Amino acid sequence: MAASPSTTSVAGAGPLLSFSSSLSSPSRRVLLPLVRRSSGGAGRRAARIPAISAKIREIFMPALSSTMTEGKIVSWVKSEGDRLSKGESVVVVESDKADMDVETFYDGILAAIVVPAGESAPVGAPIGLLAETEDEVPLAKAQAQSQSQSQPAPVTQSPPSPPSVAAPSPPPPPPAPVATPVAVSEGPRKIVATPFAKKLAKQHKVDIGTVVGTGPYGRITPSDIEAAVGIQPKVPVSSPSPAVTPVPQSPAPSADTSAKAPAAALPPIPGSTVVPFTTMQAAVSKNMVESLSVPTFRVGYPVTTNALDALYEKVKPKGVTMTVLLAKAAAMALAKHPVVNASCKDGKSFTYNESINIAVAVAIDGGLITPVLQDADKLDIYLLSQRWKDLLKKSRAKQLQPNEYSSGTFTVSNLGMFGVDRFDAILPPGQGAIMAVGASKPTVVADADGFFSVKSKMLVNVTADHRIIYGADLAAFLQTFAKIVEDPESLTL
Amino acid sequence: MPASVSLSLSLPLSPTARSDPSVAASPFGAFRRSGLRFCGLRREVLSLRSLNSEASGRISPYPARGLSNKVLAAAKSNGSPTKGFDYDLVIIGAGVGGHGAALHAVEKGLKTAIIEGDIVGGTCVNRGCVPSKALLAVSGRMRELQDEHHLKALGLQVASPGYDRQSVADHANNLASKIRSNLTNSMKALGVDILTGVGTIVGTQRVKYGKVGFPDTEVTARNIIIATGSVPFVPNGIEVDGKTVFTSDHALKLEWVPDWIAIVGSGYIGLEFSDVYTALGSEVTFVEALDQLMPGFDPEIAKLAQRILINPRKIDHHTGVFAKKITPAKDRKPVLIELIDAKTKEPKDTLEVDAALIATGRAPFTKGLGLENINVTTVRGFVPVDEHMQVMDADGNLVPHIYCIGDANGKLMLAHAASAQGISVVEQISGNNNVLNHLSIPAACFTHPEISMVGLTEPQAREKSEKDGFEIRVAKTSFKANTKALAENEGEGLAKLIYRPDTGEILGVHILGLHAADLIHEASNAIALGTRIQDIRFAVHAHPTLSEVLDELFKSAKVNVGTSPSVSEPVAV
Repeated sequence: MAASPSTTSVAGAGPLLSFSSSLSSPSRRVLLPLVRRSSGGAGRRAARIPAISAKIREIFMPALSSTMTEGKIVSWVKSEGDRLSKGESVVVVESDKADMDVETFYDGILAAIVVPAGESAPVGAPIGLLAETEDEVPLAKAQAQSQSQSQPAPVTQSPPSPPSVAAPSPPPPPPAPVATPVAVSEGPRKIVATPFAKKLAKQHKVDIGTVVGTGPYGRITPSDIEAAVGIQPKVPVSSPSPAVTPVPQSPAPSADTSAKAPAAALPPIPGSTVVPFTTMQAAVSKNMVESLSVPTFRVGYPVTTNALDALYEKVKPKGVTMTVLLAKAAAMALAKHPVVNASCKDGKSFTYNESINIAVAVAIDGGLITPVLQDADKLDIYLLSQRWKDLLKKSRAKQLQPNEYSSGTFTVSNLGMFGVDRFDAILPPGQGAIMAVGASKPTVVADADGFFSVKSKMLVNVTADHRIIYGADLAAFLQTFAKIVEDPESLTL
Repeated sequence: MPASVSLSLSLPLSPTARSDPSVAASPFGAFRRSGLRFCGLRREVLSLRSLNSEASGRISPYPARGLSNKVLAAAKSNGSPTKGFDYDLVIIGAGVGGHGAALHAVEKGLKTAIIEGDIVGGTCVNRGCVPSKALLAVSGRMRELQDEHHLKALGLQVASPGYDRQSVADHANNLASKIRSNLTNSMKALGVDILTGVGTIVGTQRVKYGKVGFPDTEVTARNIIIATGSVPFVPNGIEVDGKTVFTSDHALKLEWVPDWIAIVGSGYIGLEFSDVYTALGSEVTFVEALDQLMPGFDPEIAKLAQRILINPRKIDHHTGVFAKKITPAKDRKPVLIELIDAKTKEPKDTLEVDAALIATGRAPFTKGLGLENINVTTVRGFVPVDEHMQVMDADGNLVPHIYCIGDANGKLMLAHAASAQGISVVEQISGNNNVLNHLSIPAACFTHPEISMVGLTEPQAREKSEKDGFEIRVAKTSFKANTKALAENEGEGLAKLIYRPDTGEILGVHILGLHAADLIHEASNAIALGTRIQDIRFAVHAHPTLSEVLDELFKSAKVNVGTSPSVSEPVAV
């Protein structure tokens, strides 16, 4: 008796169908032996329904663990028609954790099996009927039949169990920034997700088809799912990736170190991590902020590069790189426009630099550095290439001497190799101008006679300090630069 | 006759040496040992030529006391080869099976040689059980250290556990070389001749061996044991490159830990590697041709194992599918695995993973053995044998003097089974009729927790019971009820006993739980010795220990016979 939280009156002819609606709160129930009386408790029956003797009890799917929402019938220990006595095993149920024998609390006859072995039913759903006497067996059978007709749900393989996703994971943080720039995949690209990603997706009810994979070969990784749900990526603790350097330093700069960060006013976004600048990054930051005090302007210029490209093909085998050619061209142009090679130190005067030192922006791991090709106007491209190679090697090894990265009088920054067609560079303090070089790409051009042709064109964009360099200066400089590039033979002299 | 030879040599030195195990402690121990060793193992003894000079000219370099006892034991029967043969026993293959046979043969006084074509220790020591245990020891600890929930429950705090792959790999490699040298030394110490080269049977009592490019040496032997073992089996269509698609041979070197690895085959090997890889941070996809994971295990154990070892881990699986084609990663493409339905052969899916481990079983290594010289044809590569491990020829007749043990005969592909078969063969050729009961040989899978088994699975037992007309019953106990397991906070697990209630005979025991591999031996010994449940249930187990899981198991069995063996006699009606 103790184990029957709800009772349903089934006795009599009418209410045969009432079973399905009788489940009040089945999940509360922890006791295993479970048969629910369907015609009132033994004692109460006499009082309430004295006239009716039919007693059919439901055997229903027990909740074998707190996380169980449905169970699978492994096997029926008894078959229909078997006589059961109290305490006997009737059925074996598989939950998410274990297989359990389910016993009956009552004597009786197993009249009908509602959910056969191998199928699943939600917790609390009737899986069989127990009749008290032979006489009630047909009645129970009829009942079982109508039940399975009226309510096919529990008999199907995977009933749509209520969204009570177990409880193992902590509640996801509040504003799940649903990740979904609808699957970018063109065509019926197959979705590849790792085993754990699939598990997480299931657990958090994420439609894996809407997640964009960022892993190798575009596969969906666990962190993609976590990002989609808005879960903080697990602190490195449990990711046993080849921990070559087991994070030294203070206890992981987590979200609340933002006090130190300049943008302290902004509320921290959940899931963000704060990583302090390296020395180099700090230097970049300082320079960039300083640059704000300089009034700059920009002038762009398209340059035809067919000839330069041809030259490049010729000198490439000798170790000359495009970077060196551009630096050399800029240096030669600067030689004719010394003001562009000048700088404004105090806001009151021009400082004309004697040498033309071309700094070239280089991205290195986690930073940016500008090794300098000194006297680029005087040295030939082969010597410059040699120098450049050494500088690159030193940059990677972080062994550049200060004069090798801070003596520049003009900077070239080239993002063309990434396909960038134009961009805008920030003028580094202490210099008068910086040139941003875009990609060279085939472009249709019309000449003065109206003939079309396809030429490779590259956009260069120079940012300059307007206190000393004016628009006409830059325009003239760029024109010279373009001439040199378009007729590059002089570069090799 | 040979015994008197031995006596004549050792008597002048110490008449009591043979029966006195403390002989090694005496100042002349070493000398006597060397003399005895010659008696036992060198054929010069037979002809009685230059006996004394040789004996005194060589002092045994092995000081172990245990050794001297063994040598004495050997001297008891004083094996010298039967007249006309170089050796009493030549064993082809120095794996665990050959080693076990060699040691026992020496004990039986047989003059023994072992031919090793590759490396002493064979698969088990070099590419199998041994190095994998080293990796599993690491993975077990990693798993514990990563289980925050578990650590918390014990009150422990551990900050970010990590590992260094190379050191882990070194640990496995060092263990293998250590065990290998132990094995080599133990054979050398006993005077087993280790012949190097590939052994080939020339005739029923003749074997030749030699390294490639060198002339072969031929020896004669009264008996020959084939113990050439097995190699990983790679199905057709799978291209093994040793880097991204590999077998256990490569995986044990742990050259890298892929982010995502597919394991083809979910037997022992696959399961153990899934334990290693998931603990080291990989995600795993199982590909299994049968409908259930872990075929071969008792179904109930397999199911529970899936709940404990698969479902909660970063593992998914495809069952009922064959890996028809596996292409290693190349040209910036991942490893591609084409799956087809195992029954309909329809294409089902293509997996893209970082690596694939082929764990589809092992194939016997019997090529180049010269079996054609004795008219033996292999069955799927296996050498056919009878219950005494004696080789059968193509016409089903026993080939005299030739036996085959271990993976090469395929009866039970386990290292210790090979060794047991080897010992059984040595007994047999020493004149003691001996048939090994394979149902008493335990098996273990060293996952965390471990799985172990001996005897029949429940379906096998049911089939047998129906055929032979007896009743079987099943008893189960849980690790949850065991004090020691709970103290370790490792209560997950099950022990299962399949038995005959009418006789109390143990048919099978299956354990999944903490230290299951060590626990199984109480059951396997009971089966081997024929101990009945009604008797073993009175054996006492220390408290609190995990062994009480089995104690409970035996006690919970309901046997319909009294405790005294005499009562279990069937009553005639």
